[in-house]
Amino acid sequence: MTKLLEVKNLSKHFSVGKNRTLKAVQDISFSIDRGETLGLVGESGCGKTTCGRTVLKLYEPTSGQILFKGQDISALTGRDLMSFKKSAQIIFQDPYSSLDPRMTIGEIVAEGIGVHFKYSEREKQAKVLEILAKVGLRDEYASRFAHELSGGQRQRVGIARALAVDPEFIVCDEPISALDVSIQAQIVNLLIKLQREQNLTYLFISHDLSMVRHISDRVGIMYLGSLVEVGTSDQIFSHALHPYTKALISAIPVADPDFEGRDSRIKLEGEVPSPMNPPSGCKFRTRCSYASDICSKEMPILEEIEPGRSVSCHHWRDIAQS
Amino acid sequence: MDNILKVENLQVSFNTYAGEVKAVRGVDFELRRGETLAFVGESGCGKTVTAKALMRLLQPPFAEIKPQSKIAFNDEDVLSMGKKRLRQYRGDDVSMIFQDPMTSLNPTMTCGRQIMETLILHKGITKAQAREEAIKTLELVKIPDPEKRIDAYPHQLSGGMRQRVMIAIALACSPQILIADEPTTALDVTIQAQILDLLQELQDRLETSIILVTHDLGVVANFADRIQVMYAGQVIERGTVEEIFHQARHPYTWALLSSVPKPGRETKKELYSLMGTPPDLILPLTSCPFAPRCEFCMNICKERMPKETTLSDEHRVSCWLQHPMAPKVETFYERQA
Repeated sequence: MTKLLEVKNLSKHFSVGKNRTLKAVQDISFSIDRGETLGLVGESGCGKTTCGRTVLKLYEPTSGQILFKGQDISALTGRDLMSFKKSAQIIFQDPYSSLDPRMTIGEIVAEGIGVHFKYSEREKQAKVLEILAKVGLRDEYASRFAHELSGGQRQRVGIARALAVDPEFIVCDEPISALDVSIQAQIVNLLIKLQREQNLTYLFISHDLSMVRHISDRVGIMYLGSLVEVGTSDQIFSHALHPYTKALISAIPVADPDFEGRDSRIKLEGEVPSPMNPPSGCKFRTRCSYASDICSKEMPILEEIEPGRSVSCHHWRDIAQS
Repeated sequence: MDNILKVENLQVSFNTYAGEVKAVRGVDFELRRGETLAFVGESGCGKTVTAKALMRLLQPPFAEIKPQSKIAFNDEDVLSMGKKRLRQYRGDDVSMIFQDPMTSLNPTMTCGRQIMETLILHKGITKAQAREEAIKTLELVKIPDPEKRIDAYPHQLSGGMRQRVMIAIALACSPQILIADEPTTALDVTIQAQILDLLQELQDRLETSIILVTHDLGVVANFADRIQVMYAGQVIERGTVEEIFHQARHPYTWALLSSVPKPGRETKKELYSLMGTPPDLILPLTSCPFAPRCEFCMNICKERMPKETTLSDEHRVSCWLQHPMAPKVETFYERQA
């Protein structure tokens, strides 16, 4: 398969006040193949969203390279930049605040079409209705306003807006976390269906591990701005190597009162340290049960242990054996 | 076990411009000492309104608890409590943890003052004593460095820490009932696990009864003793955790159970999703509220309200499928197998 997106040593720092920087994303590398879904998981504040926005050029990266179809997007200008923006879209987390309350649904969906295509008014309307039908909204919704819709319907509009310009790559930034369980399933089913029909590529950002497992081909786990482990869904969820991944997975509440693994759950003490002042060496060492001397001195690198599978931990070999 | 709280025919309505919204429509249940009872259901099914009614936190004239409703705390009528007794009741007897720790603390007061406020009002102790007590409570909820954190403002704490402060405020006067309204929904999984462990530990130690309001079946399976599933302001099925997870009889409960992705199942396969939305609560209900979304809907479901059928000591369900004349249908469990 061909690589659609390749991210190399990407960092994004924000300056906050005098001489202080927040290192939101630090030196991460990954790639996504065409038609694939990469899930990006981590606790709040770990840099998932920043990462998603930076690869879309919504933020300028501090350093590193982002290649989209082999082309470095930081160098794009003019027509090339427009064409990139047409191919790469985003679905936002909160369907309540990400739709303009003064525009009708039809106008919201048509806006991107107007920018990227030279359609007549009639063609544009036809396209809007076609897209709305694709996400399961009837024609009459085109003339309604966002406040008239339920959460699930609004998120469908968010998806329609992204789809309207025929993108190849969509960043789904927590698209389901604001929705009810039964509605979450509808939206995930819709995303999977659309991917199948149009060979879309997703970067699926979420903190809901069971949904990520369901939708993703491969999964990356982030902690404090760094990628700590990458692998296929199965490798990550059944044979995690990084202690943080293990802890994260064992913290998922299982909907079964007889579940036996409950007592052997790995309990993480404390909270994520401040990204303004991360620990030296391995950032996870303050909460890690495997931490030793080397962890505080040396920062582990993300090493590829087999094709498509990487982990960033000094002790992964011991963990793999145990 | 003895009942600490008994609710009979609880009916709550909201008066809006569009008309009377009947949010809770005749809920009965009892809460026993030391147990955890979970309210489960989609948003807008009346879980939180029921919980707030127990604390009498609903403001008249916008919200109205109907006169037929009865809430008894240790045989005392909660709905007829006077102002003074009510103030005591909230905090001393029953207290509540709210859903969103980010917005439910007062941003202009230090955490310590918010805990001390409760203590001074309820126990009539001095400021200095209250401060000491507050530090002890912060220790109880495992906030590191309580002597320092007591002077922190909410914005200086993380989400998990704020939720611990909320729990500390709720537990300050050691209430007999703790109502936890989606206590972990706004938190990350690892922090969620910590908070649930903390609640469990405190319950074991203080013998508090907990009412847990949540839509997360994973949390319920871990934590509750009994479950009541709510839909359109009614309890449609209730039972012990095992009964609800392994022998549920109501199609709505099945739908909730099926919409959770199971670990180990094939990925990218279509997830079960419940079509449609819950009914508009302004409209009167004369038939089964779930009928329009139910795949097993029969003619009678659209005409008459089902009665509650008793299946065991705890397990009761309101569904026409339990009627002896009803056809046998393929249950959620048979479908899974």
